[in-house]
Formats: sequence, C-alpha cells, structure tokens
Amino acid sequence: MFGWEFPPFHSGGLGVACLGLTRALSKLGTEVIFVMPKKLDITSPHTKIVFADGGINMRAVNVALSPYVTSTSYLRGRPKNGIYGADLMSEVMRYTSMGSVIAREENFDVIYAHDWLSFGAGIEAKHASGKPLIAHVHATEFDRCGGANSINEDVYAIERAGMEEADVVITVSELTKNIIVTKYGIPEGKICVVYNGIDESTMPSAGKGLPRLRKLKAAGFKLVLFLGRVTLQKGPDYFIRAAKKVLEYDPKIFFILSGSGDMEQGVMELAARLGIADRVFFTGHLEGADKHEVYSVADLFVMPSVSEPFGIAPLEAMKLGTPVLISKQSGVSEVVNHALKVDFWDVDEMANKILSVTGYPGLAETLSKNAKNEAHRLTWNVAAQKVDGIVNTLMRAV
Amino acid sequence: MKSLCFYFQVHQPYRVKKYRVFDIGNDPEYFNDRGESNLNNRTIAEKVARKSYIPATRLILELLKRHPEMRVSYSFSGIALEQLERYAPEALDLFKRVVETGQAEVLAETYYHSLAFFYSVPEFERQVTKHRELIRKLFGVWPRVFRNTELSYRNDLAAWADSAGYAGIISEGWDPILGWRSPNYVYRPVGTRTIRLLMKNYKLSDDVAFRFSSREWAEWPLTAGKYGQWLAEADGDTVNLFMDYETFGEHQWEDTGIFDFLEQLPQEIAKNPGIIFRTPSEVIASYEPKDEVDIPSVLTWADTDRDLTAWTGNAMQKAAIENIYALEDGVHLANDAKLMEDWRKLQTSDHFYYMCTKWSNDGDVHAYFSPYESPYEAYIAYMNALSDLRLRLDKRQPQKGVLQT
Repeated sequence: MFGWEFPPFHSGGLGVACLGLTRALSKLGTEVIFVMPKKLDITSPHTKIVFADGGINMRAVNVALSPYVTSTSYLRGRPKNGIYGADLMSEVMRYTSMGSVIAREENFDVIYAHDWLSFGAGIEAKHASGKPLIAHVHATEFDRCGGANSINEDVYAIERAGMEEADVVITVSELTKNIIVTKYGIPEGKICVVYNGIDESTMPSAGKGLPRLRKLKAAGFKLVLFLGRVTLQKGPDYFIRAAKKVLEYDPKIFFILSGSGDMEQGVMELAARLGIADRVFFTGHLEGADKHEVYSVADLFVMPSVSEPFGIAPLEAMKLGTPVLISKQSGVSEVVNHALKVDFWDVDEMANKILSVTGYPGLAETLSKNAKNEAHRLTWNVAAQKVDGIVNTLMRAV
Repeated sequence: MKSLCFYFQVHQPYRVKKYRVFDIGNDPEYFNDRGESNLNNRTIAEKVARKSYIPATRLILELLKRHPEMRVSYSFSGIALEQLERYAPEALDLFKRVVETGQAEVLAETYYHSLAFFYSVPEFERQVTKHRELIRKLFGVWPRVFRNTELSYRNDLAAWADSAGYAGIISEGWDPILGWRSPNYVYRPVGTRTIRLLMKNYKLSDDVAFRFSSREWAEWPLTAGKYGQWLAEADGDTVNLFMDYETFGEHQWEDTGIFDFLEQLPQEIAKNPGIIFRTPSEVIASYEPKDEVDIPSVLTWADTDRDLTAWTGNAMQKAAIENIYALEDGVHLANDAKLMEDWRKLQTSDHFYYMCTKWSNDGDVHAYFSPYESPYEAYIAYMNALSDLRLRLDKRQPQKGVLQT
C-alpha cells in the first residue's frame, strides 16, 4: 500500500484515513506492507526502514512529499541535500520510479495507492509485478482547486493515468465518483464507493488545552468552530461571511477558525473589513489535546467546504457530541443524517442554522445526542470490510 | 351477526414554510409557501384531492348507491375541511353528498388535529366545539363518537368524552393492553358510565393501509375475495377497520389496484350472510360491552411503540410543544383573531411528527414521510415561526409600566 504518514505527523484527512483503514484491514487479517514517503536524515533512497505497528509492516521511503504539497510549499520545505527533486514534479517522478524497485523487493498480491502523488509508484509497481492495482481517490484536482478553473494539467494527467491503469477505483463518496466519471472519463463500472469512517484509533486525544475558550463559555458566549485547512476548497471565507450575518442578530457568539493554509491572510483581512475581527479567533493549526478541546467546547462545528470528497472532521466533532453544520457539497453529507446541511454558497441559510443552534437549546441537544450515536456506527471497520471484499475479488480474478 | 366498521381519517395540516431567523418580526405568514416544494399547502391539497379524495369518494358514493346496506364513517380535521373548501371544493362537495346518503357517519375530533388534551383541557374543549360547529355547518350532523388526534387515548379522555355526552370513543386495539382479549368487541372504558370503546383491528387495517402493495408480503396480491374471507373468519362481534383515507390513491397509488379492491369489497362482503356493515354508532348500539378496558398511559396508533414518542420523544419536540402551549394565556389576552388562529394552526400534531428522529437512528430516514429535508429543518422553521408569533403577542400586550406607575 502506497500511503501517507499517520497522525500526529500529518493530521490531514489523508493520514487519518490511511491509519484508520490500514488498522481495520489488518484486524480483518489482511497483511499490509505500508510504504510511506518520509524525509529521512540518510542519503540512500533505497534503505528499507521497517516500523512495527500491529500486523502492519511499515516501509519508509526517502521522498519529500506530503499529501497536501503544492509546487511552492515543496520548494519551501525541501531539504537541500541533493537527493530530492529540483521541483515538485521531479520529486513525484523520483517517487514513481521507486515503485518498481519496491515491487521487486516485496512480496504481495494487490497494489493499493492513495491519491495522485502515489499513483505513479502504484502504476510502476503494477508494471513490474503484474499484480492488480487499486487506486483510492480521496480528492481530485478539481476538489483541491475549490471549483476554480485553474487545475494543474500535470496533476490531472497523473490522476487520470492512475485511474485508467487501476483495476478498481475506490472513491470516498458518490460525489467524487461523479467527478471521476464526468471529468476523467472513467467507466462507472470499475468505481466503488467506500465511505471513510471514524474510531478511537484516529481520534485526537483528550487533555488540557485552550483554557480561554472555557472562560468565554462560562461567561455565556456561544462558540462556533471552523477546523480545516484554510484554503479555497474548505470555504473559510463563507464561514466569515456567515459570521458577519449571525453577529448582526446575536452578538453573544464567538467564531473560532482553526487551521492554516494559503488563505489565512485573506480570511483575516476579510474579517477585519467586515468589522468582526474581534469576534473571530484564529488559532492556527491545532493538534491532539488542543484539537480535542476545541471540538468539545464548540457549540457548533461548521464545515462550509466548496468541494469536499468526504470530510472526516465533522465525524470527529460528532463523535464528541458536538452538533455539526456541513455543506451539501461534501461526501460526508451522503452518509450522515444527524447533521444540519447547507449549500456552501448560501451564507444566509448558514447564518439561519447557526442562529437556530445557538438560540434553540432543543436543537443542539437533539443533534448532539443523535450525532454521537451516528458517529459510533460509522466505523473504519465498515470501510475495511468493503475494501477487503474488493481485494479478495481481485485476488480471485488473478 | 358480525359488524364491519370502516372509519377513514381525512386530515391535512398547514405545513410551516421555510421560515428563517431573518423573517422573525418581518413576516407574519407561516403557511403560505407558494413554491414547488412539499410545503406548499395549496398544491398538496390539490394533489391529494386529485389522486385520492375525489376518486375515492366518487367511488364510495357510487358503492353506497349500489349497496344500500353499506356503511362508512369519516373523521375530518377542521383544517383539512378548510383547505378543501378553498383549494379543492369538488372533494368537499363529494363528502357532503356521501354524508347525505345517511349511510355515513361523521366523527368528532379537534378542529386543529392537535394533542391539546394532554397539554390544556380548556383549549382542547374549545377546539372540539369549533370542530363540531363546522361539521354541523358543512354536513348538518352532530357527531356522536369521538376520536382523538392520532387515535391518542387515555382513561381520562374517555371520562371526558363520557361526561361530554358522546356515545362512543375509539382507540388502537393494541395487544399489550388487550392481553388475551380481542379488539373485535365493544368495551367499556374504566371509570365511565355510558360511553363505549371501539378498538382498531390493526392487523386487518394495516393489511390494506400499509401492506396492500408490498410485494415482499406473502399475501400479495391482496384480492377483495381473499380479504372478504379473512373478515368472515375473524372472531368477535365487530371488525373495526380504521385507516388514513389517503390509503386510497395516495399511500397506495391507483396502479396498485387499490380502487378495484375497494370497488369489489362490498360484493365480497355480501357473499357472507354473517357480516353486516355498520357505522361506529350502530356498532355501539348493537352489542353489550364485553369487558372493561384500563388504559392509564397514552396509547396511539403510531409505529411500533404506540405511544406519543413520535410527537414528543426528543428534546426538540418537547421544547416545541411546551413552548406553543406556554403562550395560551397570552394569546387569549391579546384578543386578536388572526394571532389565535396562527397559534392554533401551530398546534397541529404533524409539526411535531416532522421533528421525530427516532427512525433515522436506524439509518432509515425515509421510513416516514415528511415535507422537510430533515427533522432539524422542520424544527428550525417551526421555532422561528413561533418566535415571530411571540413577538406579535408581545406587541399586543398592554404597555408594561403604564399600569404599574
């Protein structure tokens, strides 16, 4: 399995998904050789490093890639010791070429690759071994661009090649399946939807954090939370615009924006321009106990994503009994009943629902209770069973 | 001689439109959706009339003529009749003609199809009176048998109906209450003098209302002949078949054969000399009560729990229903007819039913019909409308301070 680093090193949804799925798969008796790109302080790219984690063999490869890397962030973060590629695409190519090396060194039945950065390695491994390939799509280039027209053609080409080469394409929602059929021309018949899940193993841990928020609550303020990368795809600007509308009707509310990303500056400026800068806290990126605390303390979690293939964060909030408001343009909205839903662009309706949760206690109470139960049922085990079925079918076909 | 007693429920609520926080204080109209959604009360009334009320009633009118021994009974909510009068007068006219045959009985209920009895008996009585007057005006009859919203029933309701002079009252024939007893007899509610209790035979009723078109059902397809046979084989004095009238044409579409089934049923019944059609009043007059029935907590005809949890089971429902009844005194003091009417329209049980979340816990959100996207949407629209009503109420109150100084 060509995957990505587990939390807490990378706390984005992809790492969480890899961890949840891999653990659940190994519990079902499927052995996983988990290959992950990692910047290592050693010079040989082919050193085999094996970590032990239950029934999972972890193999780190010395590649400077992370799930949400962009051309600029790659150049900024790349250690200059001569191994890594001169730019993002050449690093991706370098990782791709390792696919065949790894395939010759390891013993396996099925190849599994998560998202475009590892598709190349997956294809190489398939060519070298003749074993079937599963391409698991967590997000497409269209999602990452938040509906903008400026998709990266190189990325698109790699995504498309990976899906075409794959024997089975797994998507995290019907929403993503539709994108793959309409924008990548992949036949519907070879796409399976496997929804992400949630369980204790991928939850942020409880602990002490952010005492200031509890003080605000004690003073009678309500807290509304955004948590995610601050990028176009996640719709943080819609969150700020809804906050403006909400505060016109109820000033006893604070908005918390947790996360970092290329829109951080712009969103702060927007809040200032709308005159609500004193009502919005920018916490930056949160991990572990801080993340757990901010989820727990919030009266409502809002995910206003413009295009969200799935969206695990709302499930984390739900599991902690926090009511959630999610955009209809998200995969998670396909599986969750006990959530408020809204079109990401409908700022008025977003504000209406935020005010309803903060204003009508019966709503928060019912959502909280039912959300907790629902999150309890949406486990990685359910996802892994489906993946296991796909793997077994492919092995029989060989 | 065994009786066959049909009662059909005719009800349509005034659904609350998508009413947002920003509308509070700006829009006193809660029920006037004019869009394409299922919240448009006019188009729903027109559709149900076209698909169900008109063809079903036309057929029943024809059957009553063809079979002079046939009997039916109806319970109409006041707000359903209001809406038919405005949006589907043809359906109302057909109902009048059915009642004119003398072969149909009209039952008593609350005008607003509310659960007021469990929250305010004086308000409940006012709604029953208002309903009785409407029935008198439209059909020229006084109802003698009482049925409460969603067939909700409790000992004290029977006692109330007894002292109000009703000859009968009806309830669900639920096994945990009846024990070894059959619903197919006339009973005496505990602690009453003359009133009689008729209980729904839910198995035979649901065979038509719910299972008729279900292909997974071993008895599918249900023919009038087969059903007539089951009725003939049933034990006891009376088989009480109570169901929503929308069963004919709306819940069970025309192409399921439901109208053919209805059309053929009277002639199948006629083949069994031991069965006779009777209205609830006729059933009560024909038999002595078999036993006393004690129902101390609320019994309804809803889902597998047969209690009020479908309307008051979660925190949203409790908050909504408690909030609406908390306004009672204020609404009376305000002396504003439109405000009173809106307050009462918000008491209709359907509003609380749409907020129910117990089914979606099984992941089956579509198990029960609701015009809203989710129970939460229903609650938000309702509470926003209620907040506006409260604001209107506050404006009508005499200025505080004027009297105090």
